[in-house]
Amino acid sequence: MKAAVLVFPGINRERDMARALTLISGRQPAMIWHAQRELPSGTDLVVIPGGFSYGDYLRCGAIAARSPIMDAVRRHAAAGGLVLGVCNGFQILCEAGLLPGVLMRNGNLKFICRDVFLRVERSDTPFTRGYNAGQVIRIPIAHGEGNYVADAATIARLEEEGRVIFRYVSPEGETDPVWNHNGAVNAIAGIINERGNVLGMMPHPENHVEDALGCTDGRGLFAGLVDYLAKAA
Amino acid sequence: MTETQVISGELSVTPELAAEHGLTPDEYRRILDLIGRTPTLTELGIFSAMWNEHCSYKSSKVHLRALPTAAPWVIQGPGENAGVIDIGDGLACVFKMESHNHPSYIEPYQGAATGVGGILRDVFTMGARPIACLDALFFGDPGHPRTRHLLSGVVAGIGGYGNSFGVPTVGGSLRFHSRYDGNCLVNAMAVGICRKDEIFYAAASGVGMPVVYLGSKTGRDGIHGASMASAEFGHDADTKRPAVQVGDPFSEKLLLEACLEIMAKGCVVAIQDMGAAGLTCSAVEMGAKGDLGITLDLDRVPCREEGMSAYEMMLSESQERMLMVLRPGKEAEAAAVFRKWGLDFAVIGETTPSRRFVVRHRGAVMADLPIKELGDLAPQYRRPYREPVRQKPIDAAAVAPPVGTADALERLLAAPDLCSRRWVWEQYDHVIGGDTVQRPGGDAAVVRVGEGPKALALATDVTPRYCEADPVEGGKQAVAECWRNLTAVGARPLAVTDNLNFGNPERPEIMGQLVGCIRGIAEACRALDFPVVSGNVSLYNETNGRAILPTPTIGGVGLIDDFRRSATLAFKREGEAIVLVGGPPSWLGQSAYLREICGREEGAPPPVDLAAEKRNGDIVRELIRAGMLTAVHDVSDGGVLVAIAEMAIASGIGAALAGAAGPPHAFWFGEDQARYVVTTAASEADALLARLAAANVPAARLGTTGGDALTLPGERPMLVTILRERFESWLPAFMAGRP
Repeated sequence: MKAAVLVFPGINRERDMARALTLISGRQPAMIWHAQRELPSGTDLVVIPGGFSYGDYLRCGAIAARSPIMDAVRRHAAAGGLVLGVCNGFQILCEAGLLPGVLMRNGNLKFICRDVFLRVERSDTPFTRGYNAGQVIRIPIAHGEGNYVADAATIARLEEEGRVIFRYVSPEGETDPVWNHNGAVNAIAGIINERGNVLGMMPHPENHVEDALGCTDGRGLFAGLVDYLAKAA
Repeated sequence: MTETQVISGELSVTPELAAEHGLTPDEYRRILDLIGRTPTLTELGIFSAMWNEHCSYKSSKVHLRALPTAAPWVIQGPGENAGVIDIGDGLACVFKMESHNHPSYIEPYQGAATGVGGILRDVFTMGARPIACLDALFFGDPGHPRTRHLLSGVVAGIGGYGNSFGVPTVGGSLRFHSRYDGNCLVNAMAVGICRKDEIFYAAASGVGMPVVYLGSKTGRDGIHGASMASAEFGHDADTKRPAVQVGDPFSEKLLLEACLEIMAKGCVVAIQDMGAAGLTCSAVEMGAKGDLGITLDLDRVPCREEGMSAYEMMLSESQERMLMVLRPGKEAEAAAVFRKWGLDFAVIGETTPSRRFVVRHRGAVMADLPIKELGDLAPQYRRPYREPVRQKPIDAAAVAPPVGTADALERLLAAPDLCSRRWVWEQYDHVIGGDTVQRPGGDAAVVRVGEGPKALALATDVTPRYCEADPVEGGKQAVAECWRNLTAVGARPLAVTDNLNFGNPERPEIMGQLVGCIRGIAEACRALDFPVVSGNVSLYNETNGRAILPTPTIGGVGLIDDFRRSATLAFKREGEAIVLVGGPPSWLGQSAYLREICGREEGAPPPVDLAAEKRNGDIVRELIRAGMLTAVHDVSDGGVLVAIAEMAIASGIGAALAGAAGPPHAFWFGEDQARYVVTTAASEADALLARLAAANVPAARLGTTGGDALTLPGERPMLVTILRERFESWLPAFMAGRP
């Protein structure tokens, strides 16, 4: 795996992400400053980590989405390269037009940090092959604006095409308004693009990768990517 | 010596103007004697900033000297931006706690946010990357119309700043009392890690070195913030809003990265953050500590607003700014880093051999003062104080229990001071960094250091009602409880930062509280080998002549050699023995039970036996390390039964408990100190009791874990699900405005 982690001013989970990637892939990712115009050659996974790029001023992700490096990310995605956006990274991907929809303020209008349960809807994507379809995993969220919204036609399409990858559910795997922490439409926690090579998700798998810290449910995502890329190579 | 010039249009300084700056006639006379002439307006502003209570500690300094500040592991005690301790492996822990009380009362979101920003800067100024924050919060009675507004704004502000900056907020405390109705307290603590040989200090060195300004631009916000923090509130508190600064966590995050980057490149000789009294305090400290003079040219200061006067620039408390002395020849390298992070920087002055603080603006010398005397000759007061009347002990036998034990427990778990704080800490990102081993809700937070297995345990504590009833015992108890909380997760407590919040020190009874609490803190810190390495004093916490409860918040740091061996409070499995470490409780004076169930807030607080505290804690820590204990919880507010209920709630496992030794309400709810509730495998119970007996530590088996309820002889079973519901629902319901 040759991963590149993008760093915008105000991003703050780049170290968590780099540590998880290194731990699971055995290889340190390249850290790419937003002002760069090219990704390192041979990059096979671009990761946009969480944080508050540009202070979330204007609108979450709006300024970062227009950074020089994002043109290179668009080219990478258009060529079929893998892109993972987590939290602010998801917001940036939506603002950049690489994923549909938008992340609005949480239903309760507060920042929420807690472990949530996610149902993995599909295991046949490069991002989720480390899980079984229907599996329930425990992953933390930490965001103020994670309430996924899109117009009815877009939501219907996402559902029809099986592009909802993670959903907020109860520990038993059922959707329930009580367990839909931020009020997202259809309890959507993560989606992929049409081509299946760009994933955006609000929860932080990179924070649940070590047994010693209590939970490893996030490992499957990274392990699956490593496996996929190894096979693709 | 240069001649200062009187600028046309600038106010000429009079004794009345000095008084408006909060300087007493004596203090003004001291200034005239020191400089031998009438100060300029800018100079008066500088003196008022340096000599107010907040910056000079003039009422508390003589008493603070009693605090123990040394230990073999202390690298830097009080007097720098933050305290520093050695945690082994070439690493140091940098930490401090500071209040932002007055600003938070006036404008809760920004007041609390900038409090967090300020304490984070104190830590990374020393070269340490912040790894955790904690916040001790004190608000008025839940029934007071302003309490909800303040709490919601303060929590949002702390989260808004810390979450964006990217530091996990892992713990703290929250209390309510009507004595904070007009003056809430926000005490923010930050903890960082750096290499022991890469610590940065404020002292400048070398003559003719460039003094560099870095960070956000200077505006008119926060002018006289430090003076505001040194005065009481009256009915006009709202008119002080313009003195509250506005925080920008995004700029602070950039400032952090830029500072750490230029430090790593070896560009920095000295660095000081611009906190209280901004440019004035930072420049004076850099010069005075380095035994050098500083000349500033204010025309070069990046300003946000047009036409700012020297007086305004010297007193502005605009946030996210730093002052540093760069290593010669490194200017270009440093400038490239600042530019990369998009930060304003400017060379605004230089160090001089004169030991004078000279401020130039628009071709005129606006201030020319002896730099060391500005700090060193600040007035110090031995204010008269009155020993408080200590309350008498209450005989538990004379307290008739108004309700049964089960009913009392259910009510206590839903009491504002005892219920779950989840509503608060879920608004803080407490997992960022990927090192939070124990999240909020336990006795202490545990945060891994680097790749481990070393970890830090962190906690903040104080029981203000104890301090009010007996300042010396209350001061001891604050330290002892913090030490106990760190011990309960298996840490060796290393050092503390103290945040002393009191009323008006010019009143002898308030001064008596301050003196008593410091005495108690000093005694406990000495006995527990737990030195004070940093801190902050916040006085004049009064509104309309009514003081807060004496609140000396203690923030403690402990070291865990291997975090995989740290203890948590949740019961682990059914059928385990529950053991009380420490003798049978019986002390109801000042207890939560007495207040919440009997409606009486009175009596002497539980006495603190420091020798017993140490003995009991040391054996508990040893047993945790030996892997003998499966769960550990310290006993504090609410007593033993509340502690057991919290262990049950955290796990979903109930317990069958034996009868009380003595009157049940005093046994289950007494707040005697130096107690822990622990569990061990049933087969180990006898061995555990034998180990404790051998260490001369009283202990007793309380019962066995299991089932879905707490059961007590003669009481109805208390379902854990119902206890949890009580424990979890009060705060969210209160904040949602539901009765």
